[in-house]
Formats: sequence, C-alpha cells, structure tokens
Amino acid sequence: MANLTNLYDVSKCTACRGCQVACKDWNQLPASIKPFKGNYQTHEDTDGDTYTIIKYFEEEDPVHGVSWNFIKRQCMHCFDANCMKVCPKGAYTKTEWGATIHDPDKCIGCQYCATACPFDIPKYLKRVDKITKCTLCAGRVEEGLEPACARTCPTDALIFGDRDELLQIAEDRAKFLQANGFPNATIYGKLELGGLNKLYVLTDTPDKFGLPVDPKVPNVTFWQNYVQPYASWLIPLFLLASGTSFVTTRLIANKNKGHEEGKEVVNDAIGS
Amino acid sequence: MTNSVNDLKNTDCALIMGSNCAENHPVTMRWLLKARDTRGAKLIHVDPRFTRTSARADIYAPLRSGTDIAFLGGMIKYIIDNELYHKDYVVNYTNAACLIKDDYSFEDGLFSGYDEENRKYDVSSWDYQTDEAGMALTDPTLQHPRCVFQLLKKHYERYDIDTVCEITGTPKNKYLEVLKTFCATGAPDKTGTIMYAMGITQHTVGSQNVRAFSIVQMLLGNMGRPGGGINALRGENNVQGATDMALLYHLIPGYINSPSNAPSNKKLIDYIRSVTPGSAKLQFSNLAEFRELVKAGFPNSGWKINSSKWIVSMLKAWYGDAATESNDFAYHYLPKRDDKKNYSHIALFEAMYKGEIDGLVVNGSNPVVGGPNANKEQEAMTKLKWLVSIDLWLNETADFWTYKAWTRSVHNSAVPKITPENIQTEVFFLPAAAVYEKEGTAAQTGRLVQYRWKGADPVGESKADLWIYYELGKRLKKLYEGSTRPEDEPVVNMTWDYDDGHGHDDIYKVARELCGYSLVDGNPVEGFAKLMDDGSTACGNWIYCGGATLKDGQWFYKPQKRIKEDPSGLGIFPDWGWAWPVNRRIIYNRCSVQPDGVTPWPGDEARKLVNWDAAQNKWVGVDVPDFVGTTAPDNPNFTKPFIMQPDGYGRLFAPTSAMKDGPFPEHYEPWESPTTNKMNSRDLNPATKIFEPEKQGTVDKYPIIGTTYRVSEHWQTGALTRNLPWLAELVPDMFVELSEELAKEKGIKNGREVIVSTTRGDLKAIACVTKRLKPFTINGKKVHQIGMLWQFGFKGYATGDTANWLTPHIGDANTTIPEYKAWLCDIRRA
Ligand code: SF4
Ligand code: SF4
Repeated sequence: MANLTNLYDVSKCTACRGCQVACKDWNQLPASIKPFKGNYQTHEDTDGDTYTIIKYFEEEDPVHGVSWNFIKRQCMHCFDANCMKVCPKGAYTKTEWGATIHDPDKCIGCQYCATACPFDIPKYLKRVDKITKCTLCAGRVEEGLEPACARTCPTDALIFGDRDELLQIAEDRAKFLQANGFPNATIYGKLELGGLNKLYVLTDTPDKFGLPVDPKVPNVTFWQNYVQPYASWLIPLFLLASGTSFVTTRLIANKNKGHEEGKEVVNDAIGS
Repeated sequence: MTNSVNDLKNTDCALIMGSNCAENHPVTMRWLLKARDTRGAKLIHVDPRFTRTSARADIYAPLRSGTDIAFLGGMIKYIIDNELYHKDYVVNYTNAACLIKDDYSFEDGLFSGYDEENRKYDVSSWDYQTDEAGMALTDPTLQHPRCVFQLLKKHYERYDIDTVCEITGTPKNKYLEVLKTFCATGAPDKTGTIMYAMGITQHTVGSQNVRAFSIVQMLLGNMGRPGGGINALRGENNVQGATDMALLYHLIPGYINSPSNAPSNKKLIDYIRSVTPGSAKLQFSNLAEFRELVKAGFPNSGWKINSSKWIVSMLKAWYGDAATESNDFAYHYLPKRDDKKNYSHIALFEAMYKGEIDGLVVNGSNPVVGGPNANKEQEAMTKLKWLVSIDLWLNETADFWTYKAWTRSVHNSAVPKITPENIQTEVFFLPAAAVYEKEGTAAQTGRLVQYRWKGADPVGESKADLWIYYELGKRLKKLYEGSTRPEDEPVVNMTWDYDDGHGHDDIYKVARELCGYSLVDGNPVEGFAKLMDDGSTACGNWIYCGGATLKDGQWFYKPQKRIKEDPSGLGIFPDWGWAWPVNRRIIYNRCSVQPDGVTPWPGDEARKLVNWDAAQNKWVGVDVPDFVGTTAPDNPNFTKPFIMQPDGYGRLFAPTSAMKDGPFPEHYEPWESPTTNKMNSRDLNPATKIFEPEKQGTVDKYPIIGTTYRVSEHWQTGALTRNLPWLAELVPDMFVELSEELAKEKGIKNGREVIVSTTRGDLKAIACVTKRLKPFTINGKKVHQIGMLWQFGFKGYATGDTANWLTPHIGDANTTIPEYKAWLCDIRRA
C-alpha cells in the first residue's frame, strides 16, 4: 500500500490554529489553560494533551522590517521510527500506509521513546501515566477520511494524500517559491532520517523553523541492539530497568518542561 | 461585498486595508493565495500593526490608525497625475464628466453650506448643473473646470506623497511600492480588489473612508469585474442578513429609508415620493397617477423607480387583508421614527444613561464588553427597569448587575462604585439555541444566502430565535385580542401566520413571506421586477424576492441548492445557495464589458461576465446580468451601468444628501489625535456629533494612540469563544501589544502586567512586546501606537479586563458607528 500523509506548506499557513483545535476535537483532548506569557504561541511545546501546535517565529527582516513565520509541529511518523525500536513493550506499530501508532494499553510510561525521538515528540501524560502523540488520525484515515487537521485547514496549507504525489507537489512548490522571492525555499521530510511520513514545504532553511537540519537518532543503541532482541526472556530484568530509568527520565522531563503546570479544564463534551 | 469570496481568486492585486482577514476571515485567504499562485497576484496589507495577514502579504505598509483618507487621497492624486486611470471606464461609467453647480466649493476643510452651530451641512450646492429634464450636463472631454474629474483633481492636489507620509507615518518607499503595485490595476486587462472591515468603518470618517475606496476603484475601472470590487468583510456569519432585514434604525427591509414623522412622510404617497429618486417635482397625488408615471418612465430615477412596489408588497406581507388601496395599504400602522433623533448605538445608550429608556432587549449582543465607553454603557443599564438578554451563555451583559461586573482592577474615580443593592433593573434571561441547533438561512459576507439544517437538538431549555419571537408575537397579539381601539390596530391586524399547524413556528412560512408570493394564486413571485404596488403581491423584503420557485408544484427555496459546479471557472457556482439580488454574484457586472455591451475590455476576454446578445435581444452571461434584461446598450434610457443610482453613474462625486460630510472624502484627524491636521485647519470631521466634550483626552496627558481588534481564536465579545476551553487555551488572557521601543521607554517587560488609561477608564492586561509594532514618525515627531483585544470580560474560562472601558462615545458623521480604532491613552507598568 502506498504511503499516505500530510503535506504542510508554510507559505500558505496563516497560523489560524484551526488544526490545533480540530486535533483536540477529534482526539477529545482536554484544554490546559495556562497564563498568557507575551507570545501568541500559548503552548511552549506539544504536550500530553496537545498533539500538535503552531509555532511562531518573530524576527527582524531587512525588507519588511519584521517577519513572522509559522510552522506546524507534530509527530513526523518516521519510516524508520526510533520510538518503535526502543519501546520495551512493543507499544508502537506502523500501519501499512506509514503512520506510527502508539498503543496506550501496552504503554507502561517508561518514556524511553521520549528520549529516543529525534524530534522530541512523545510526551508523557502524568494523569494516565502514559505517553501520547499524534496518530496521523489513523482511525479517520482507515475509514476513508483525511486527518482532522488537514480537513479543517482553510488555506490548504495542510493537505493529505499519497506521499509520492505530495512529494511531487512539494518539489514543484519549492521551485516556484525559489523563483518567487524565497531563494532558500526547500522541502523537508523526503530524505531526513531515511524519509518521514510527513512532508513540509519551507520558505527558508529548516533551522529558521526550529527543525533539525540533519536530524540524528539519539544514541540509545545499547537498548535497541542488545536488550530488545532478548526482551521476551528478559522481562523481569526489564521491569527493574524501566523502573529506575522511569525515575531519571521523569526528573529530567520535569526540570526541562514543566508540562503539568497550570489549571486544566476538562471540556464538558468529553465528560471525563 | 460587491463581489464574492470565491471571486478573490480572480484578482491581480488585493489591497487589504482596515482588515486582518487572515485572522478574522480565514477563508478569504484561501482564495487570495490561489490568486497569488495561479495569477501571480500581489497581496498588499496596510495596517498599523504587522499581523498574520501581513505575514502572508507581499507588501506590508504601516499607517497610523485613522489616516486612511490621507493614504487613499494620495493614491487618487497618484492615479490622476500619472494618468493611470481606466479612461473609457471613467468617462462612460462614472460621473467624472458631470458638471457641478457653481456655488459648490471647498475651502480649508469645509465644503460649501456649513452650519457651524449645528455641525451640519446644507447640501444643496453639492449638486449637478442640469438641463431642463433634470439630467446632469456633461463634458466627456473631462476638461471643463466644473466637471467632477477636474474638481476631483483639484481637491486631491494637496495630497502629495511627502505630506501624506507625514500624516500617515508610512515609510515613503513602502507607500510608493503600494501606489505602483495597486494602481497598475488601472490597465484595462487588470483588476484589483479592495478588502476592508472595521478598521475602515469604525472611525469618525468611516463612511468617507469607504467613499475613498469607491473613487480609487472607479478610477481604476475595478468595479463590476471579476477580481475587483469593494469587499466589506462582514464580522459575523449572518450580519449581512441582519442588515438586509433592516437591523439598522433608519431603514426598513431591503435598504429603503424608514418613514419618519416629517411632514414629507405623512401619507404613503408622500413617503413614496421621498424614497423614489426623480419624483420630487412630478405631479401626482395618488398611487394610480404615480403608476402611470412609472410606466412611462421618468429621468433620474434608476431602478429605484420601483420603490412603491417594494413598499406596498411589504405592507401587504405585514398587514394582509387589513392593507388595502383605500387605506393606503395600512401605511399609518408603520412606526415613524423621530426625524430629529439619532437611534444609533451610542445615542441609545446616552438616552438610557439619562433615564429615557425603560427596557432593553439584547439578543446575541454583549454591550458590557462590546459597547464603546463600556463603563458608561454598563452604568446606563442600571437605569433600566428591565433587561431581557437572549444568548447562549449568561454573558457579561446578562450579569451586568453582579459584584464581579463592577470589580475594576484599577481604581478610577470616574467609574462609579455600584453594587447589586443599588441596581433595580429586573433581568430576564432567555437561553438561546446555538447555530447548529436550529435551521434557517444565513447571508454571508458575499450576499450568498445559504440554508442550514439543524445538526443537533438545543441544549436544555434553550430555544431558536424564531421560536422566541414567534411566541412573543403570539402572546402580544393575545393581549390585544378583541381590541377595537384604532391605536391597537397595528398589533391586532399584524399577520402572524407562521404556524406549522401544531402551534409551533414554521420557518418555511417565514421564508415564503420574505421571498414573496402572489395574492392571486399563492405562488412564488419569481423576482422583484414582478412585484406590484396594487396589493396583488406580498413580499417581506424585496431583495430576497425570487429566492423561491415552484418545483414539481411545490415551493422550493433556492438557498437550499447545493450544486458544486462552476461552469465558467470564475468561482460563480451559480447553483450553490442563492445570492441576493436575483442570484447575482458580482454586482454592477455590466461594467465587465465595454460600453457597447458586447466587447470585453482589451486583453480581458476571460473575465467578461455578461454581454448583450442581439440575436436573443437580451443580456446574457455567466453571472446574472446587472442590467434591465431587455434594454439594449444603445437605448438612451439605460446606458449607464450603476442602475441603483438615479443617473446610472458611479459616483466619484457624491451629490446632495448621499453623504452628510462632503461629496469628496477629506482627511480629518480622529477626535483624540496626537497631532494637528496637516491638510486643513479643521481637526475633527466638521459634521460629526460630539456627545461628551468633557471626555476628550489630550496629547499632553495621553500621548499614545490606542486601538482595538480581534484575533482568530476569539469571536466578537468572546461570549461564545471564551466559554470554549479549546479556544480559551489559545488566547487565555487579555493582552496589549506594544513596540519594543515603547516597552523600553516605559520599562515594560514582555509577559508582565501593564495598565492602560484614558479619560474614560483604565484596564490591566498582559504586555505583548513585539517587533510587529513600530513607532511612527508623524509630522516629524515620534508617536507610539498600541493595540489590544476588545474581546475580554469577566465571564467564561478566559477572562480579562474590557478594552471598551477605554473607547470614546463618538462616531461617524453618517452612521454614528463608534470610533473604536483611534483614540488616545497612556500605558505604564502595573
Ligand atoms: S489550519 Fe492550516 S492555516 Fe490554520 S494554522 Fe493550521 S495549517 Fe495553518
Ligand atoms: S493527524 Fe490527527 S492526531 Fe495528528 S496532528 Fe493532525 S489531527 Fe492531530
């Protein structure tokens, strides 16, 4: 089966954040209302209850005085997904069309995947002691619908389809932008990490949008090369290991992010 | 909008001014970006602040809030000086060639006829020189010194680029870039669109700002053509529908002036005379005589010659059998407004403040957050005997009497300390159904009327608006039942037959009345040209006439059409919904062909919408022709394309009573301005009413320009969106945007609290220090502008101080729309 994915074109995104709301709606994720800190980007990053955000970059610009760039952030659904490799419980699977799916029932909250992800995507949700992330709306796609975020986008900045076709569109678009005032326009996701099941058209180099220029898989090879193949008969040992590293990763996570601060409003519609 | 949202894809250039469409009308960006990708269109954004719209624009030009006429006046001068206007269009389709009376003059900010004491103009000199038949004298060479074109040229002589930039604060290179880019659409094969919203209208010169757009667009030949037009982006999904139905104090449905208590409106026939152009001096004393005159046609009347048919059909719809030719179709039942009174929002709240109003019904509106000078408006509400609030939530207005409502984060002695014990107002709250919980039509910004079916049942006891009003009408009628007093007749005889047969409201019956029906056979009237003034047709709103037809013998409502086909490829989609008038998607579309009615503009074959078909002897086209269908272009009666104007010309000069504050837009400073007027020695628009002279803030105490606006994430007063957690989390707090320079001067840190003050109140909010605002250089001096959301109040998940505590009670000279966009304030660290 061909790979199905989203193409996101920064030159068409107006940062309306319809996608962000549509994602919460479809996935029935509660809002977490935190104080406004002087930036439109109210969520510093994706979190356990927020699978996607629009990031805002405000900079001086020689021509316009200022530039304001936006980028949508969510799971990249890497072909060679490292989260999948490191998960001791096999909670991650790949659909035949390219989505990386995380099964909360199998997840034990060890957060190895969070450490292993080159894009820092899997987020720990304390309330349920699980990892969460974008599902590429597998449930919708398998019913013949497009992902909720792509469905809602008013400007077609976000479209969904066959990856090969989208790649063609993306490459043409980058060329068009290069000829129309954006000499550094490029695409992202074609070759990075051997290919992502998520494509981007950028008006400038990836670093300008907070994307790693040459993403690398963090060094967790010990686990994936030596321990995981024997995991089935190392379970008692694994439980011990996950227990200790759970504590350390948790400490690091809390120090760096503090996701769980702030008042949480559970939407009536969710009824939880 | 003169054009449609989809039509934006046909443009070569979009001038977005006084609108932040990417944030507030996200769907328009879809079509604008298509125009950019497929046609290489340029997007220009002119705004005091760099927004998400600017982020997607090709050119961003800052301008100081309230200086649009200077900006556009300079554009008019640039077009004329560089001969960039579309000559054939200007000569044939506008009043450029018409000669103006010799006693019309303009001197140092004043047009002829000014009455200083009453701040009013006698408009009689703002008129054409006419021949015996009353038609304007013209000079098609445009050389005559009294012709509109020469007067226009003279008027804008003062608007040179340097002076304009000193007033607006726009960097000169940016201004020139805008002028060059947009004015290039004057070429016959190019069109440009202007998109605006409240940033244009909410000023003391709001209406004249729009007039300035019309002059630019007519000079460039951009009206009535795909990719052109003047496109007001309406702020609510059905505000177009609301104004169509006359939710404006001076109108009856279909944009006809409402009758007043003036002697000229005493009898139906007088009223008809007053609303029918060209009829003033004709001899007739009853409808029968008038009908004969209309049949024969008379000059200077335009399409509005038919007004009597629309009015009588409306009276028949409202009063049924009680409206007969012998009783003037019950014209005496219609309430008459006091000719001397202004019933606009500000004036109503001023009257309420004085205790002149007993009760108020607020439906889907939230003045405690949205009204200008909201501290005062909230106090005015304490003087009401009763208040009915109809809304989805108990919003700030419904709860205006609570302790919380009178809590202020910053003490101000001008704001009274009121507590619930001091308030005697009795408040009734009627929970209303949300848009998806009811069915009916909504008319969106492009005049497209779309039927929407119900998606879910209303929550709890909430009811659809129609249910509420139908019940109210029923119960009122019950109270008056059996009365024989003549003054009760308007209620007793009012038709109120919307029953579905089971005691409930039937929305199709309302639709039937709006679309019009024949009283002879009960069938739909298939267009307003078929309405009659002899009592044989009934129609609640003539512009909606033709919205229904018979399909297999049954009534069918065209707004229910859902055919997603666009045969012309121009984004017309003629069978998706229905647009008024008569499903016309681009009004004035006769201008999309040359005066001969056949030839497209050179190089623009693809965007021809209509043409005269001699073989069929009628106008045909991909859109519904905006012209009398069978009148050939060479017919002397109807050679001009703007058929709603008496003379058919587009108006570069607005004659007589069209505008209260001048036939040409002139730059005046906002009421509260950081500088003096460089164009003339009148600072404020001379025709604007000043409600509260003592509340005028001055630049010594309040040196900073303040303005208000919305964001994508919240809608209007936030009554809806601040109650939705997923939106509340995106913009959780009230914030004020300011430049890094101002923040430095005042020692303000990003993300920290600040206090903003005006003479009317103070508020506390979070500072958003940004590179997207920069200080202006105005008349050689540095001037700061700050901006803030007007969408916050004390209810919901996201709460915050109300920006309208700061805004003044002053409005536009024509409409009294409040000046929300330019006023003076100061800012400090909290
Ligand atoms: S919905 Fe589309 S335009 Fe809006 S923020 Fe998301 S990607 Fe951007
Ligand atoms: S694909 Fe689905 S889960 Fe992922 S960001 Fe979009 S809406 Fe959210």
